[in-house]
Amino acid sequence: MLAMSYRGPYRVRTVDKPMPEVLHPEDAIVRVTRSCICGSDLHLYHGMVPDTRVGSTFGHEFTGIVEEVGPLVQKLKVGDQVLVPFNVACGKCNFCKQGLYGNCHESNPMATAVGGIFGYSHTAGGYDGGQAEYVRVPYADVGPTIIPPEMDPDDAVLLTDVVPTGYQAAEMGGIKEGDTVIVFGAGPIGIMAARCAWFFGAARVIIIDHIDYRLAFAKNYAKCEAYNFKEMADPVVFLKKTTDWYGADVCIDCVGCEAEGNTLQTFSGRVMLMQAGSATALQWAINSVKKGGIVSVVGVYGPPYNFVPIGNVLNKGITIRANQSAPKRLMLKLIDHVLSGRLDPKGLITHRVPLKEVPDAYRLFSSKLDNCIKTVLIP
Amino acid sequence: MKPTNEDYKNIPGWGIDADPENEPTYPIKNYTGDDHNRIHYERSPQQPLTVEILLSTERPGPTAVFGTSVPPTGLSGTIRRYAFRNSEDRYRHWIPLILADRINVFEGLIDDIRTGHLPNLFKERGLGMEWKHNRIAVLTKVAFAALAGAALMISVKRKK
Repeated sequence: MLAMSYRGPYRVRTVDKPMPEVLHPEDAIVRVTRSCICGSDLHLYHGMVPDTRVGSTFGHEFTGIVEEVGPLVQKLKVGDQVLVPFNVACGKCNFCKQGLYGNCHESNPMATAVGGIFGYSHTAGGYDGGQAEYVRVPYADVGPTIIPPEMDPDDAVLLTDVVPTGYQAAEMGGIKEGDTVIVFGAGPIGIMAARCAWFFGAARVIIIDHIDYRLAFAKNYAKCEAYNFKEMADPVVFLKKTTDWYGADVCIDCVGCEAEGNTLQTFSGRVMLMQAGSATALQWAINSVKKGGIVSVVGVYGPPYNFVPIGNVLNKGITIRANQSAPKRLMLKLIDHVLSGRLDPKGLITHRVPLKEVPDAYRLFSSKLDNCIKTVLIP
Repeated sequence: MKPTNEDYKNIPGWGIDADPENEPTYPIKNYTGDDHNRIHYERSPQQPLTVEILLSTERPGPTAVFGTSVPPTGLSGTIRRYAFRNSEDRYRHWIPLILADRINVFEGLIDDIRTGHLPNLFKERGLGMEWKHNRIAVLTKVAFAALAGAALMISVKRKK
């Protein structure tokens, strides 16, 4: 079968790989119909995530058709059209039982800090991902959700990660009616977080980035204010000033480890790898939120450490909430938001690329060419 | 897990200020108290270990399922095995893994050549897309690279 293959930083190609097999009685084999490139895939593509092995297949946002099921699978049958959440979750451990499907304790033997994620390095369990014609899906009764017949397939594929992660980013902010919310990062997740912030009663939503076309897209899609931090002498001072010198009620970091905007962070985190990427967005979030405010983090940071102003977290009494999202926990609610027309996930998709042209798709997204917001690979 | 003080409920004031409403993890986590059972929950059957899997030292054994993609091999594999002798808390876990990743790139190139596949670096790096949409930046980079190369050559020649 055709599959994307990582060859090193900024190098990928398609290769012919053996068909995946049922390795566990709760596995399913899914024929992929759509697969996205996620912003967090770029951390892998850029060589930022430890234990990313040459020959790995990425892809944790995909939909497909069930081709085969293991003997213990009860909820799926061959031919079902499913969307597959990005995290591998057993549904039985204490974490899954409490809704923390992104923190499953039975899906990643290679690290305890992160649960299993499809196609996201051996640090996240060593699973091949969905940027392929077929993929093995463990715990098939837990994660995969049958796509409602009336749902657009493009909406379905974005329910595997972008929508739940953006939604949970806003949810973790504990937004109260009338709150001012600042979202750092106008990528697909940031745009979705800004859009979802309104669901919780925000009175003002501001998005910060440095790429003009993305800010323009976010302003239109998420109905929010959008500002380019490269046009500011000091983004934190700007954000304080625009919130009546008080700070935002909630700040959301949707950038993670490849943030721009602070020379020291960029040099120490992205050039020298002295820390796990650049923590500029998190630093700005901590310093732009009000005293007693909430900082929500869904931007991905690698192990082991980052330079963040933890003293300010203490002195300002900030609550930090962070997690990989749990699409399964949110799925019913989000399907309702999509089917009712309140959310339009497919509106984020700007490019469709055949799987065999995967190097071009990665370059397009990585270099932010041709006004790219979201790329879908079609096997 | 057995408490070290089995009589803890008789400590004066035990539990008097407990407030079930004080649950800052909600709604992300639906607290049930199951955490107190630690790892004694019902597990799915164990996936057979058919390939070499490197295990975190911070857990007692493999998880019920795991990925079997790209088992460790070669020099990078040896370094990865060393890394996994150390916990996730240690730099000596993560730095060797990054080193192994970089070595693995060269191993991949050697494997390609050995199997008669000459990698098309221009295509694998998606430079055609960059050329199509960002030609000025590509030309600028090429010009800078050429200048740097020329400067290096001149410097080497002068030393001779």
